[in-house]
Amino acid sequence: MGSKPKVAFFDFACCEGCQLQIANLEEDVIGLTNLVDVVEFREVLTGSAPEYDIAFIEGSITRKEDEERIKDIRERSKLLVAFGQCAVSGGINRLKNNRESLDQVKKEVYGDSYNMPHLETFPTKGVDEVVKVDFHIPGCPIDKNEFLRVVKAIALGKAPSIPNYPVCIECKLRENECLFDLNEVCLGPLARAGCGAVCPSNGVPCDACRGTVNNPNQNAMHEILEKYNYTIDEITRKINLFGVKPEVKK
Amino acid sequence: MSKNIKIDVHHITRVEGHGNIVVDIKEGNVNKIEWQVPEAPRFFEAMVIGREYHEVATITSRICGICSIGHTFASLKATEAAMGIEISDLTKNLRELLLHGETLQSHILHVCYLVVPDLLKVNSVIPLIKSHTDIILLVTRLHRLANELCEIIGGRTTHPIRARVGRFSMMPTKKELEILKKRLVESVDDLKKLAEVVKSLAGGIPDFTRETEYLSLTNDKEYAFYEGECITNDINTPLHVDGYKNMVNEFVVPQSTAKYGKFNRESFMVGALARYNNNYKQLPSLSASVAGMLGLDGVNYNPFMNNIAQVVECVFAVERSIEIIDELLQTELKTEKKEINIKAGRGVGAVEVPRGILFHEYEYDENGICTNANCVIPTNLNHNNIQLDFEKYVKENLAIGEKEMGFNLEMMVRAYDPCISCSTHFLNIKFK
Repeated sequence: MGSKPKVAFFDFACCEGCQLQIANLEEDVIGLTNLVDVVEFREVLTGSAPEYDIAFIEGSITRKEDEERIKDIRERSKLLVAFGQCAVSGGINRLKNNRESLDQVKKEVYGDSYNMPHLETFPTKGVDEVVKVDFHIPGCPIDKNEFLRVVKAIALGKAPSIPNYPVCIECKLRENECLFDLNEVCLGPLARAGCGAVCPSNGVPCDACRGTVNNPNQNAMHEILEKYNYTIDEITRKINLFGVKPEVKK
Repeated sequence: MSKNIKIDVHHITRVEGHGNIVVDIKEGNVNKIEWQVPEAPRFFEAMVIGREYHEVATITSRICGICSIGHTFASLKATEAAMGIEISDLTKNLRELLLHGETLQSHILHVCYLVVPDLLKVNSVIPLIKSHTDIILLVTRLHRLANELCEIIGGRTTHPIRARVGRFSMMPTKKELEILKKRLVESVDDLKKLAEVVKSLAGGIPDFTRETEYLSLTNDKEYAFYEGECITNDINTPLHVDGYKNMVNEFVVPQSTAKYGKFNRESFMVGALARYNNNYKQLPSLSASVAGMLGLDGVNYNPFMNNIAQVVECVFAVERSIEIIDELLQTELKTEKKEINIKAGRGVGAVEVPRGILFHEYEYDENGICTNANCVIPTNLNHNNIQLDFEKYVKENLAIGEKEMGFNLEMMVRAYDPCISCSTHFLNIKFK
């Protein structure tokens, strides 16, 4: 067997809840350290390396200095994986892009000090808006078992597979009562599965934190909205919560 | 004595978020001692504006992955205060239980994975997997238990799903609670062993003290986490959380994207040691005995002892969780209806999270749309205290040389368990 792939983890603007899911693998992390060689992971270990076989990127890009840092990491990495919705689409951090202006956003948070140079920010971007991304692991937070599957696939030289069917499918398999029948607007018909429909199964509508499937079935969504007497606005307003582009226009 | 010391730690490791340490001493003269916070600001207070009241906790939970449960509760409490929503004892008990799950999860992670490597002088927990396998397995058992508690009660370990405005969207079953209780009772042995391990390493904790102001919640009933009023060692009467702005007095400094705070002194400290110092007399028997065993016997001014207070709070979290489950087992666990009477208003919510007291404040219009928000994050409140600890520590310890000083300053930052992503950024001056 060849030497273990050199793996590094980096975080940008985010809550670091996705790397926590890796810690939450508990004993399985020990198995993971047998499969790969973790050479850089600022939150966990002291140390660094000049280049990496796989770089895992968490968080969104919101500053010029971060853009330069991610470009530098990309140059030194054979493969680059964006993990967590912030890295995939900008995630919840993208909400600030919807406000009237970034100056307004800065004033609301920092008041009179808003113009100090170290508080500079630009519109939130997902990692693939700045550099090439080889694989995406969606979700807010990521599903730890999906993360494990992706790492194993990459370490074995295979392309990892992420579900491309809607949350409704997983929800039906769990035999949940449809939340539309309980007077809730749920994004399950459009949202990418892989979470096990965790929110609807806990009585809460899906917010599409893993983004939408490729080419979501818009007609089906419109039929549902019509049946339950909702307008498209209910969807477009809700779907931008996790930085998902509203692909449900007519 | 070394005359020149130059320390420049860019992005200190084994902390959540980004921080730098800069020390520059020439010919024994201090040119610079600075704790810097260059974390990318994320502007949560601006992100919630225009969103509906039931979405706000979903958004602000994402301030921090490690204390997402605490952020959820501070957020829900603020929204409920703004709209005059009362919660049932059942909801309160479930919230308190969930909060203890998070405290246990976070403290175990911090003390065992991030701090213990310092005490054993290794670069991370990874080499310990081979050298200290039994202890690492014990730690993963406790960490897993804490996470499973959060999953059973909150629906997910991170970013809880079931905790909603005014209620829980789903109840645990009695069976789940009974199993959870059994496992918590069994975990006491592991906790005692962990305390023994920490005791055997406690000689590595630097001998340093700086008395400061300690700010936390307090209440008559118990060692406060979920609710209470604000207390410090510099005031005699607890203050209502509504007046938090007059206590935290946040300000912006050039070396940090996180704001700093102060109250009656130049700085204050929040977190496990502040809670311990203010409320240690209310610790139940087991946590009190572990505190004594680990050398915490009343008010303590050594910031490095914050990690010891965290171990004590792990024991408390388990002791108290067992009591709450006993109460829940006597209650009918029925999902409550979601009927919210939407009202315009403003409210403050405060809760003790692993790193200290956390405040959220929101203002809503008559349609339940958020028009104003302010979140004051415990790590922010500690930045100023870290800076002043640095200054005293460096001046008192010039003789130890650059290498050991650098190591100990990093260790001091870790002792505070900073959660820097959380702390950037938050202050809204638009409130009149």
